[in-house]
Amino acid sequence: MIINHPLLGPRDASEFVYHGDAHLMQRPNPKSETADKDFHDYMYLRENIAGEMRELWFHEQGDRSWLVITRNTLTHDITKVELARNIKREQIKEAQQ
Amino acid sequence: MRYSALKIFKEALTGHKGWKPVWRKAEPQSHYDYIIIGGGGHGLATAHYLASKFKQKRIAVLEKGWIGGGNVGRNTTIIRSNYMLNGNEAFYEFSLKLWEGLEQDVNYNAMVSQRGVLNLYHSDPQRDAYVRRGNSMKLHGADAVLLDQSGVRKLYPFLNFDNARFPILGGLLQPRGGTVRHDAVAWGYAHAADKHGVDIIENCEVIGFDIQNGVCSGVETSRGYIGARKIGVAVAGNSSRLMSKANMRLPMESHVLQAFVSEGLKPVLDGVVTYGAGHFYVSQSDKGGLVFGGDIDGYNSYAQRGNLPVVEDVCEGGMSIMPRIGKARLLRMWGGIMDMSMDGSPIIDKTHIEGLYFNGGWCYGGFKATPASGYSFAHLMATDTHHETASAYRMDRFSRGFMIDEKGQGAQPNLH
Repeated sequence: MIINHPLLGPRDASEFVYHGDAHLMQRPNPKSETADKDFHDYMYLRENIAGEMRELWFHEQGDRSWLVITRNTLTHDITKVELARNIKREQIKEAQQ
Repeated sequence: MRYSALKIFKEALTGHKGWKPVWRKAEPQSHYDYIIIGGGGHGLATAHYLASKFKQKRIAVLEKGWIGGGNVGRNTTIIRSNYMLNGNEAFYEFSLKLWEGLEQDVNYNAMVSQRGVLNLYHSDPQRDAYVRRGNSMKLHGADAVLLDQSGVRKLYPFLNFDNARFPILGGLLQPRGGTVRHDAVAWGYAHAADKHGVDIIENCEVIGFDIQNGVCSGVETSRGYIGARKIGVAVAGNSSRLMSKANMRLPMESHVLQAFVSEGLKPVLDGVVTYGAGHFYVSQSDKGGLVFGGDIDGYNSYAQRGNLPVVEDVCEGGMSIMPRIGKARLLRMWGGIMDMSMDGSPIIDKTHIEGLYFNGGWCYGGFKATPASGYSFAHLMATDTHHETASAYRMDRFSRGFMIDEKGQGAQPNLH
């Protein structure tokens, strides 16, 4: 698989470490009443999608950036590559508004 | 039809006209006592033990493709019980014992060959870890022999003992481990289950569950609605996909594991050898091909094919311990989809939905577990209690903090 890195261009997937579903960016609120269950679900349960999935990849053998990659788990086709930090910044901005 | 030496002799004299299909093609009935979803090794074994050991009737196995077309026909055929943890070792040893009597039990030649499984060690700390594991195995009634370098040299003189980085210092041998002809396991269980009246229904895909007020009483399939008192799911690789139809999220990810076969060679390797400093395991099939494999690719996949970096990694592992493998050409390679669970161990449990039972999360160790998985799943479905060797494989163990993590990797499925 070739990952088209937004800053570095096309890179071989073997330079990356796979972390999992991009929902892992949404850590639950530890102060919530349901924090116990929320953290269990966050830690252990997965959608495990057959089809298009957003996932976190870490460019360990490169610029050490975290990417959010939209990839089809049935075909391995990659359709979108974004910097995770940009997505997180947008989310924080939205939450503050 | 019963297979025997006498039957072969008779057939030889009568032009082999008396052989019948190994199982009959069944048409789905409208209602069963038990439905097993998934006609792989585990599903067929479950049906066989439900009928033969637990004396249950009216059982159907629903398979979306054909029998033996999934992971039971895609693995590297190794059987062993060299685990360490409580909750695992007794189960796998039970499985190995069932393998030892399998062919008589199902009346089918599955070519069970206890040729020995040797795990190599490459450092003193690794030797100590193997000593500990070997002791744990022996405490559970399994067999384990620690070999030093000269012991391994006697078995396999051609290994690369003097590798500068990872010298082979010895190994932990399980003499009762070995290999089994994987397709014959599916066919054998199908044959035996069929003889006990189990309906094996191929090309019948489950597309939904009939769940009302927390009770599951049937399945929608591509061949119509089928009702049942108890429904067991054994569809490893596709567990999350199927259970999402019952609105369940599972503690697992699906990953692809590749396997490889070389061209046919004269006998060069009479046992199973695994590399302790990388991830590589190899044996030689009776047809002569070297059968080997390594790590999963490491990303979620349902594609049944992997990518080249892992091919390279596996071949490097092979070259590192067994340089002569470099002379052999690769004949075939393929991928299978694994339920990689959050602690590397499987689940055999009831779900919160009454009448719906789950068996999955086998990671890449499902083949060796086939008999015990089927037996204990049948035990659970027939008696609603856990089999004594499978009582730790609970669905809620993650919330209770009772993980069974052989490698101690934590909740990161691609590391197990």
